[in-house]
Amino acid sequence: MIALLIRDLKLALRAGGGFGLGLAFFLIVVVLVPLGVGPESATLAVIAPGILWVAALLACLLSLDRIFALDHEDGSLDLLATAPIPLEGIVSVKALAHWITTGLPLVLASPVLALLLNLPLAGYGWLVLSLALGTPALSVIGTFGAALTVGLKRGGLLMSLLVLPLYVPTLIFGAEVVKRGAAGQAVDVPLLLLAGITAGAAALLPFASAAALRVNLR
Amino acid sequence: MSIWKYANPVVFMRTSGWLLRWLVPLTAVLMVVGLVWGFAFTPPEMRQGTTVKIIFLHVPSAMLGINAWLMMLVASLIWLVRRHHVSALAAKAAAPVGATMTLIALITGAIWGEPMWGTWWAWDPRLTSFLILFLFYLGYLALWAAIEDPDTAADLTSVLCLVGSVFAILSRYAVNFWNQGLHQGPSLTLMQKQHVADAYWYPLMICITGFILFFVTMVLLRTRTEIRARRLKALLARERMG
Repeated sequence: MIALLIRDLKLALRAGGGFGLGLAFFLIVVVLVPLGVGPESATLAVIAPGILWVAALLACLLSLDRIFALDHEDGSLDLLATAPIPLEGIVSVKALAHWITTGLPLVLASPVLALLLNLPLAGYGWLVLSLALGTPALSVIGTFGAALTVGLKRGGLLMSLLVLPLYVPTLIFGAEVVKRGAAGQAVDVPLLLLAGITAGAAALLPFASAAALRVNLR
Repeated sequence: MSIWKYANPVVFMRTSGWLLRWLVPLTAVLMVVGLVWGFAFTPPEMRQGTTVKIIFLHVPSAMLGINAWLMMLVASLIWLVRRHHVSALAAKAAAPVGATMTLIALITGAIWGEPMWGTWWAWDPRLTSFLILFLFYLGYLALWAAIEDPDTAADLTSVLCLVGSVFAILSRYAVNFWNQGLHQGPSLTLMQKQHVADAYWYPLMICITGFILFFVTMVLLRTRTEIRARRLKALLARERMG
């Protein structure tokens, strides 16, 4: 399983893997918002938590179809499915690799982008923490969406339609943490709920993803 | 004698055909009586005036919007566990009906909200979660439409329905939580059924019964259509072979 993780990471890092694309997309969305909304820093400070979370979510979504599509095309997914490790484990590792290549850079880059959006100083720590807790859930849920649509020719748009409603609870709690943190309120309730969603999704969704993969590989 | 007998398509076709002969006229009578009574022969409410009458469309469709998804969940589970094709087809047949009901509930709510709340749309928890439910329906329908092989499509949509149900419930509570900090959402008092006067209560009950029967009728009809379409496909395939 560790070998698979390293393989996936290598594939993503080398040329054509699209490692930085999600990050660049995150940056562009965050830059576009002030251009559309206007440069008043008071307005930006209010919407910053929501924008940062929505941008992170879209950046995650962008790279989801890579999780299984390439492996499906060259047949290595079939080999993985017949490997002696359970498919649920493979799915989890794939989600982890996706998080390391997409979610983690977003978490690390988010304070810089929060600066652009004039997020109140008190919110920075909560932003990083909420993204660190929440983006794994985005990867796991996204892996489920990718597993559902892996056999389809043009599954990308369909996958967005399937995955985005599933992202609703994560988005709500994640943005709420930042919003409350920036306003100096207590954040423990949304933070715990966010962590709960991540933990629950990471524990249960791989079974659904593996089931969907088995159907698609049948 | 068990309920699984009806999973046999032949038995299902015979039984549903017999049922539909009674269901269709009964549905029509109940809906016409309920809606005409509701719209034409109930007094206008003191504060809300005649706008209150949209309750006769709004409440039944909202109930069915949720319960249709529940029915799809049960049917999906039956398909995943027992592999009865009729069950998968029934889930497929129910989805567009449920989506339409959700849409009707949203639209009638907006029409009622405009004079009452002064706005077509508010990000009230109840409204928001219904919109999210509608998005779930769209995703489910899109997945059915995208996959060619019927068994694969049934499997994948069933899994999506299970996962979607969990997340729909999560979203419902998340949305409740989300709006709390912002403002006191306009409260929907429509659901306090005990407080509805008799003059509205009876036509409302007739409407709800009519809508439920309408849903059952539509699902049976659409399932029969799906079964016939599949038989036709099998026949054509056989002809090409022979």
